[in-house]
Amino acid sequence: MNIAAAIPVPVRLAKLPRQRPATVTAVDWHLLSEPEARRLRELGLDEGVEVELLHRSGLLGGGPVACRIGRMTVALRRHVAAAVHVRFGAG
Amino acid sequence: MNQAPLVALVGNPNAGKSALFNALTGARQKVGNYPGVTVERHAGRMALPDGRPIELLDLPGTYSLDPSSPDEQVTRDVLVGRQAGERLPDAIVVVVDASNLDNHLRFTLQLVALGLPVVVALNMIDLAERDGLVLDAEALERELGVPVVPTVAVRRRGLDMLKERLGEIVRGVHKVRSGSGVQHDIVTLQRRARQIATAVTVSETAARRWTHRLDSVALHPVGGPILLLGLMFVMFQAVFAWSEAPIGWIESLMAWIAGFFTEALPEGAIRSLIVDGVIAGVGAVVVFLPQILILFAFILVLEASGYMVRAAFLMDRVMAGVGLSGRAFIPLLSSFACAVPGIMATRTISDEKDRLTTILIAPMMTCSARLPVYTIIIGAMIPDRAVLPGVGLQGLVLFGLYILGIAGAFLAALVLRRTVTRGATSGFMMEMPKYQLPRLRDVALGLWQRADIFLRRAGTIILLTTIVLWALLSFPKAPEGGNISQVDYSIAGRIGNGLQTVVEPIGFNRDMALALIPAMAAREVAVAAIGTVYAIDDPEGDAGQASIRENLQTHWSLASTLAFLMWFVFAPQCISTIAVTRRETNGWKWPAFMVGYLFALAYVAAGATYWTAVALGL
Repeated sequence: MNIAAAIPVPVRLAKLPRQRPATVTAVDWHLLSEPEARRLRELGLDEGVEVELLHRSGLLGGGPVACRIGRMTVALRRHVAAAVHVRFGAG
Repeated sequence: MNQAPLVALVGNPNAGKSALFNALTGARQKVGNYPGVTVERHAGRMALPDGRPIELLDLPGTYSLDPSSPDEQVTRDVLVGRQAGERLPDAIVVVVDASNLDNHLRFTLQLVALGLPVVVALNMIDLAERDGLVLDAEALERELGVPVVPTVAVRRRGLDMLKERLGEIVRGVHKVRSGSGVQHDIVTLQRRARQIATAVTVSETAARRWTHRLDSVALHPVGGPILLLGLMFVMFQAVFAWSEAPIGWIESLMAWIAGFFTEALPEGAIRSLIVDGVIAGVGAVVVFLPQILILFAFILVLEASGYMVRAAFLMDRVMAGVGLSGRAFIPLLSSFACAVPGIMATRTISDEKDRLTTILIAPMMTCSARLPVYTIIIGAMIPDRAVLPGVGLQGLVLFGLYILGIAGAFLAALVLRRTVTRGATSGFMMEMPKYQLPRLRDVALGLWQRADIFLRRAGTIILLTTIVLWALLSFPKAPEGGNISQVDYSIAGRIGNGLQTVVEPIGFNRDMALALIPAMAAREVAVAAIGTVYAIDDPEGDAGQASIRENLQTHWSLASTLAFLMWFVFAPQCISTIAVTRRETNGWKWPAFMVGYLFALAYVAAGATYWTAVALGL
């Protein structure tokens, strides 16, 4: 077993490399507006859920990102994806 | 009470509720592959296996019983018995996407807790199987404590079993656990939903990720926008290129009908009414059926395939720049077909100011009713030559008019969001559905319904305005041998001459001024009106598009033509749009504002175009 791989590296969903499955460790709910936070929960985002960054839009950055949350693909704005803390690896 | 039991179809957006509704009732509600196709409740009737009738309700999809937009509000209010004029449903059918149980079961748990009799339709089970997912429906039944029926609504699989279970729960065979009201704790429900989803998943193999592969192209940072722009461009080129032959057939038919009546009827007022009024007027509009159907076919395919949400994703950045979100792009793109359904589709936008802004700019999206006006004028006044291989100048000008409408809308949004509709944006958070091959039947049905609406309009409102216009143009009769033309002498001509003083500064001639009045009822009547004006002034000429073309070339200057086109880009000339805006904003304030600012914009834009063109010597 690779010991280094077992150490969780803190990273934000918005900064994940594409197509590397990760697990949500925490969400900065206070950084989101109340409707944003509620809709995000309704789309199934929660601690322990597997997520993956699929696509980023826009050349200059700043456009929305497409993420997998569980089995769903969801479009989110960058600042929302930046409020989601993840660690690499599934489960 | 002997009323038929009321059963509501409920579930997450894009779970296939409307497809199931159509399959059960034989109705023809619009279905599509994006969240938010259904924005209001629809009712229909179905029969249980024992013949008893059921009244079935199709409700807008929602993620929970805490509504965040007007369409979701309808669903919540119906389910808690708070919707005016609607009784509390006797039972609900929860429609669940089998390939996304983790999420859909959360809402199911919330619905089961309401305490109404429930049956779950485990829908799109075929797509789940395609993705390598094997589910245990009986285990799900045990976990939820309610009947579960696997279904494929679009292929009508599982419907008999669903009806049977529905009959049982309506009769009260299954014991219903007492309800605990609306549960608001999403996180707890979500965790329970995930446990159940894991428990009922028998096996899961690596899915074939078609959607992912297609998205690598469609959402590519560089390729995606190019593809979107390319698709739009192909769409507008096709509207011209593919419609030539069918337009020719309709024209020949109209010419034959006109010839028949000219032969059969004695010369006089009746013949003039039928040939110059009805056939020239209605015929001038009906020839555009092929183009409108081509445009609708493209939009229907974009909606049914799931690409619409990708377009919204790509456009979010641009939309955010003017204070809107990618979500607003879907109603705006639908408005290219017609602003009325487009404005209704804004119900999925949660923020009120965001939604209002979208409603106010939607009429600037070039709807299909402008197409006849643009086409006939461009066809007559813009030379038909290729600018690049496969790219005609006429198509390019048409494309330019569409772009102008979009640019105007964005500019208006920018200004509105900083003034009258100032406020926070609702952000952009949207489920992206899997791609699906559009079903031919759905697209054909959508086109058929559109053709029906269009021909009905041609047969009623357009026919009526054309006849009224013919009468106003034909009476009183100009004195024989006088040097005043019939149109100048008629009532309509006098009105036109009066109106011309208002529109002369922006370069419109009397015939253009005349065409503006009936165009308020429906934009495409402008073409019919021009056709009628010239048919009456020149009774010997042949009816139809060809004569309109010749007349435009002799009577209109290029500068006036461009100004006229510009007017049609912005002017809010459609009573249906004004009416739907009044309904959606609950009052006259916003429609009045919309009409005012769009007319002002149209006047200024047309004037600026005219004087610029004159200065350039066109």
